[in-house]
Amino acid sequence: MRPVTTVTGVAAPLRQSNVDTDQIIPAQFLKRVTKTGFEDALFHGWRQDPEFVLNQPAYQGARVLIAGPDFGTGSSREHAVWALRDFGFDVVVSARFGDIFRGNSGKQGLLAAAVSEEDVERLWAVVEAAPGTEATVDLESQTATVGDVTVPFEVDAYTKWRLLEGLDDIGLTLRDEPAITSFETRRATWRPETLPVK
Amino acid sequence: MGRTLAEKVWDDHVVTRGEDGAPDLLYIDLHLVHEVTSPQAFDGLRQAGRPVRRPDLTIATEDHNTPTLAIDKPIADLTSRTQIETLRRNCAEFGVRLHPLGDAEQGIVHVVGPQLGLTMPGITVVCGDSHTSTHGAFGAMAFGIGTSEVEHVLATQTLPLKPFKTMAITVEGELRPGVTAKDVILAVIAKIGTGGGQGYVLEYRGSAIRSLSMEGRMTICNMSIEAGARAGMVAPDRTTYDYLQGRPHAPTGQDWDDAVAYWDTLATDDDAVFDAEVFLDADELEPFVTWGTNPGQGVSLSDVVPAPESFDDPHEQAAARRALEYMALEAGTPLKEVPVDAVFMGSCTNSRIEDLRAFASIVRGRTKAEGVRVMVVPGSARVRLEAEAEGLDRVFTDFGAEWRFAGCSMCLGMNPDQLSPGERCASTSNRNFEGRQGKGGRTHLVSPLVAAATAVRGTLSSPSDLEADEPAAVDAALLAGGAR
Repeated sequence: MRPVTTVTGVAAPLRQSNVDTDQIIPAQFLKRVTKTGFEDALFHGWRQDPEFVLNQPAYQGARVLIAGPDFGTGSSREHAVWALRDFGFDVVVSARFGDIFRGNSGKQGLLAAAVSEEDVERLWAVVEAAPGTEATVDLESQTATVGDVTVPFEVDAYTKWRLLEGLDDIGLTLRDEPAITSFETRRATWRPETLPVK
Repeated sequence: MGRTLAEKVWDDHVVTRGEDGAPDLLYIDLHLVHEVTSPQAFDGLRQAGRPVRRPDLTIATEDHNTPTLAIDKPIADLTSRTQIETLRRNCAEFGVRLHPLGDAEQGIVHVVGPQLGLTMPGITVVCGDSHTSTHGAFGAMAFGIGTSEVEHVLATQTLPLKPFKTMAITVEGELRPGVTAKDVILAVIAKIGTGGGQGYVLEYRGSAIRSLSMEGRMTICNMSIEAGARAGMVAPDRTTYDYLQGRPHAPTGQDWDDAVAYWDTLATDDDAVFDAEVFLDADELEPFVTWGTNPGQGVSLSDVVPAPESFDDPHEQAAARRALEYMALEAGTPLKEVPVDAVFMGSCTNSRIEDLRAFASIVRGRTKAEGVRVMVVPGSARVRLEAEAEGLDRVFTDFGAEWRFAGCSMCLGMNPDQLSPGERCASTSNRNFEGRQGKGGRTHLVSPLVAAATAVRGTLSSPSDLEADEPAAVDAALLAGGAR
C-alpha cells in the first residue's frame, strides 16, 4: 500500500445522508474477479442523471468527496472502496461512516476522515460557492482545508499510523506468527472444524 | 466488574493484546467464503506466495450469483460463470471445502453454517458478507468483513481489531399472534436508526427474545448490520443447544459436555455494564413494514406513509423526501392501500424451514392475488429438500408461487432474479436500498407472514386482514404454528 500523507485536489459535495454501498457500486458490478477498473461502476445509478454532482464539469478530477452522514453503510463489499479509489478519490469526508466501509478504506489507502456535521456544512458552503475549489487534507495534522475554512477530522490512531507508513496488515500480523501457533495449540477440541467433511 | 457475553467471547479469542491504541489480534474459529468477495483475496495470496493457513476452519459455498432456475445448465451470464468457476479453482488450489451449486449442502452461506452445526456458541465467525451477524444468534461473535480482511483471515486465521462497544437491546413481554422476529428487528432499526449501532455489538435480551426459536433469533441478529452494528448476539440457552445437538459438525461425547459447560458461562454477568441500552415493549409491537429506501424508514403496517416534515432532523427530512419520490408514495397514504407487483420470500434473513412453514401456513389452500408475481426461494438446498418432504412445495405452487432453487436471489438481484424498473415488491429480505432488487425496483421489507398475506390480497396486508375476510381459516393457520 502506498503511504498517504497530504492530498490536494478538487472537492466534490455529495449532499446525501445514508449513502449505502449499494449506491456506491451496484451489485451488477460485483461479478468481476479483478481488483481494479471499477471507475465506470462508481455511483452507477446516480451517474445516469446529468445533474448528478460528479457529472458536473467543475468537479471533474475530484480527489476529495464531502458527503452527508452515515456514508458507506450496508453491504461489506470492498468494491465500494476500489470504485472510489479507481475514480480518483483519495479522501471521503463525512460525519459518520459505516464500520465495515471505514475498515475497508483503511486497508486500501482511502482516507475516511470524520468531521462534525456542522463542519461538513461549512465545507459544503465553500465548495458550492465556488465549484472546483481545491481541498487540502493533511493526515499528519488531521485537518481538512477548503478555501479559508480549516476543520479538524478524526481518524483512528492505528489506521493513521498504517496509512502514513503505507504498511501491509498481513505482514504486520505475521510478525506475531508464534503467538498464533501457540494460541492454536490451546484451542478446545469442541470448537468447529470444517474438515474432514461430516 | 462482570463482563458481557460479547466481552467474554472476545477475551477468549485474543491472541495478542494491543497496546498504545493498537488493535487486539483476534483468532477466528470459522471463516465462511463465497464467490463474490473472495476472488481478489485468493489472488492476493497467490501473489504473496501464501497458503490458506487453516483450510480446516474454512468453508465455501456458491450463493450470491447463482441462478435459481435450471441449475443443471451452464450459467448463461459469462461474468457470473467466470466468478463461480474462479471460486471452484481457488478452493481446489488452496484445499478449501466447497459446496457448489447442485450439492445438497449448497445455499446461502448464513443458512449453511448453522445447518451443518458449524456455527456454535462462544466462537468467532467471519465472512466477506455483512449479514454474517446472523450467526450471533448462537452466542457467537460473528461479523462481516471486506475482501482485504478475507485475505488476512485466509493467510493468518486472525484479524487485528479494536474491541466493539456493547449495547443491550432488551425486548420484554409477549409478541402478539402474527407478530414475528422480523417485526421486532424492523422496530429496533426504526428506533435506533441505520447508524445507531455503529461501533457496537448488540446483545438482544429479555423474555421476548428468550421465547424465540433459533430461526427467529437468526432473523434478528441478521439485520443488526442494518442498524449499523458490527454484530448482534443472543446468549446461548436450551433452545440453542437443542437446535445444535446432533447436527453433522456439532461436538459429540465428552466434547459436547465440555462445550455446554463452557457455553453456560457465557451469559452476560448480572453486574456487567453495557455502553448503551435500549428497551422495547414486545406487547406493543405490530407487524412492521418499511416505506422508504433504508431499513430504518419503517412503521407499523396499520400506519400511514409519514410526511417528511414529521422528522426533526434535516437529513432525515431530506432522506424521506427523496425516498417517497423514489418509492412513488404520497405522505398520508395508509400502507395497507399500497398495491404490490411482486412478493419475494427468501434471503439470509428469512429463508429457513420455519420461515417457509410460516409463509405456507397463510397461503395454504388459497390462490395468489391476480397479477402478483410470487417467488419462494429456500435458503439452502437442504431447506428445499426438507420443504419438499413436508409437501410445502405443493402448497406454494398450488398457490401460484414459483418454487426456486437455493441462493441469495432477489435479495440483491445479482443473478437474473430482479425487479423491473418501477415494480413494487413486498420482500422478506433485509435491504430496501434504491435499486437493490433491480434497477428502479421498489422494496417494502416485511415478515414472511406479512409477505404471505400480501401475496393473497395484492396490497400490503397482515394475517389479521385475512382474518377479517375469512376468520376461521386464519385462526387455524396461526394456531398450527409458524407464526412465531
